[in-house]
Amino acid sequence: MAVRTQSAPRFSPMIAREWLTFWLFLGPNLLLFAIFTYWPLLYNAYLSFVEWDFIRPERRWVGLDNYATVLADDQFQTILRNSFVFTAGCVALTLTLGLAMALLLNQRLRGRNAARAVLFSPTILSGAAVGIVWIYIFDPRYGLLAELLGLVGVRSPNWLGDPDWAMLALIIVYVWKNLGYAVVIYLAGLQAIDRALYEAATVDGAGAGARFQHITLPGLAPVLFFLSVTSILSCFQAFDLIQVMTQGGPINATNTLVYNLYELGFIRFSAGQAGVVAMVLFTIMLALTLLQVRLVERRTQAD
Amino acid sequence: MALDRIALAPAASAAEPVYRRSRTLRIAGYAACVLAVLLVGTPVYWTVIAAFKTTREIYAPDPSWFPRQPTIQNFIDAWTAAPFGRYYLNSIITTLIGSGLEVWFALSSAYALAFVRFPRRDLIFLLLLAALMVPEEITIIPNYLTIARLRWIDTYQGIIVPGASIAFGTFLLRQYFLTLPQEVIDAAKVDGAGHLRTMLSVVAPLAMPAVATMALLSIVAKWNEFLWPLIVTSTREMRTLPIGVSWLLDQEGTTNWGVVMAGTLFVVIPMVLIFLWAQRFVVDGIATGAVKG
Repeated sequence: MAVRTQSAPRFSPMIAREWLTFWLFLGPNLLLFAIFTYWPLLYNAYLSFVEWDFIRPERRWVGLDNYATVLADDQFQTILRNSFVFTAGCVALTLTLGLAMALLLNQRLRGRNAARAVLFSPTILSGAAVGIVWIYIFDPRYGLLAELLGLVGVRSPNWLGDPDWAMLALIIVYVWKNLGYAVVIYLAGLQAIDRALYEAATVDGAGAGARFQHITLPGLAPVLFFLSVTSILSCFQAFDLIQVMTQGGPINATNTLVYNLYELGFIRFSAGQAGVVAMVLFTIMLALTLLQVRLVERRTQAD
Repeated sequence: MALDRIALAPAASAAEPVYRRSRTLRIAGYAACVLAVLLVGTPVYWTVIAAFKTTREIYAPDPSWFPRQPTIQNFIDAWTAAPFGRYYLNSIITTLIGSGLEVWFALSSAYALAFVRFPRRDLIFLLLLAALMVPEEITIIPNYLTIARLRWIDTYQGIIVPGASIAFGTFLLRQYFLTLPQEVIDAAKVDGAGHLRTMLSVVAPLAMPAVATMALLSIVAKWNEFLWPLIVTSTREMRTLPIGVSWLLDQEGTTNWGVVMAGTLFVVIPMVLIFLWAQRFVVDGIATGAVKG
């Protein structure tokens, strides 16, 4: 429906009514975005140039000092690396295990929908509650995993207390919580592939491997793309599991950008340094989102 | 959780699986079903039995797979160790009002962007969509300062208002509205209905599946929200359930797992019930939307 204001007299009562309706309907939503989304973005940029502890009335302008302090810090390098390791680990495991599971479940099986629902159910659970449950599961003396490992004669590592194991532990929990979402999306993608293609390929003598490579994988490409983008963005933003299970520890082994932002702001009260981390986080997320838009554009052009 | 980025579309019945059936594949399929149930079921079962075990049994050298003397003492202790009644009240209030606002904003914004005439409407639409690129996490410090200036720390409005606006739901509903036949809207206008009436009595009912799925996902997201309520509440009377249970963990720590597990059940049970009730609807809605979107 194209809008042509020229064809009607401007500011006739009818047009005025439309405009008023438009703002009444859309205005509150936009206003909240202006106050709580766009303004914070600008304000973070400002905070990243000042030194302030949230309490003193005066804020000292320090130019790029905060950036120099934060970016040169060894600890920040670790945190940046942790964010990427966590994201890469979670995304890789979720996408591959999810695909394997979906391929196996994609047949006429009794109870298939129930299995799908069971796998999906952790995604609707509170991350804080899930994190707490898994602290107990990881408990090296009384936990479920210690018990299961004990059955095969392996001693449980001190999952959350050992810097070498804590990141893996977090990734396991994240994948456990989000795997079902990937399976559901994959299954929908698999079912959208035209089955006539498989029949034609079979008639032409293509084996299971060839069918998978030439029909299933290309057919899943859009879904694979959608899943990788959404998972990358949400892994990068993971907070509740980390806050509840490790608080970034031990010795920063699981400290990520988002946790670090919270830590700098609300535990160490350094508004300026938190501002820098927010700017870094935003830049990375923006780059990932723009990449997504570019790829989607290419995809739609290909269609 | 990726739920807020999921494309939603009207649920359609799933097509039949496309695989040619082979015996091995079938057996592997059933094995996958069993694995799925074990993978999710075992930790859940472990949590539930712990909540019914006595403290002595939890810390026994050989853990039991079935509570020897099932007791509800842990639930009573959790309920008295932390004000769970109050947590429930806070969670219910913030979830219902927060989701209600989100659904209303999505509906009215999408309607305005699809059916109300206004110059440069597409530009305004883009302005709204751009909000998707700003992750909530980076807004927390400025928003905390804003809420503090409004003297809204430790209030319901402080928890609810900053997260009430919605871009993705607006986007989805707008796309959905644009597929509705224009004649229906014109017919309502000819009948003399204003925009508000057209939206509520013509457009919203037609888009019901999309609106309902969005509302359910919004409720789940608000109920589980952690970072913002953690920051903006400072007294125990204002905590929501997820924050409350993490404080219970700090209090009881690893010395009383039964009580802590009972506390986590308090948090998740309402969402589990909603999921059991609307499971097909939610799962199919998500699946269909992602593939089409």
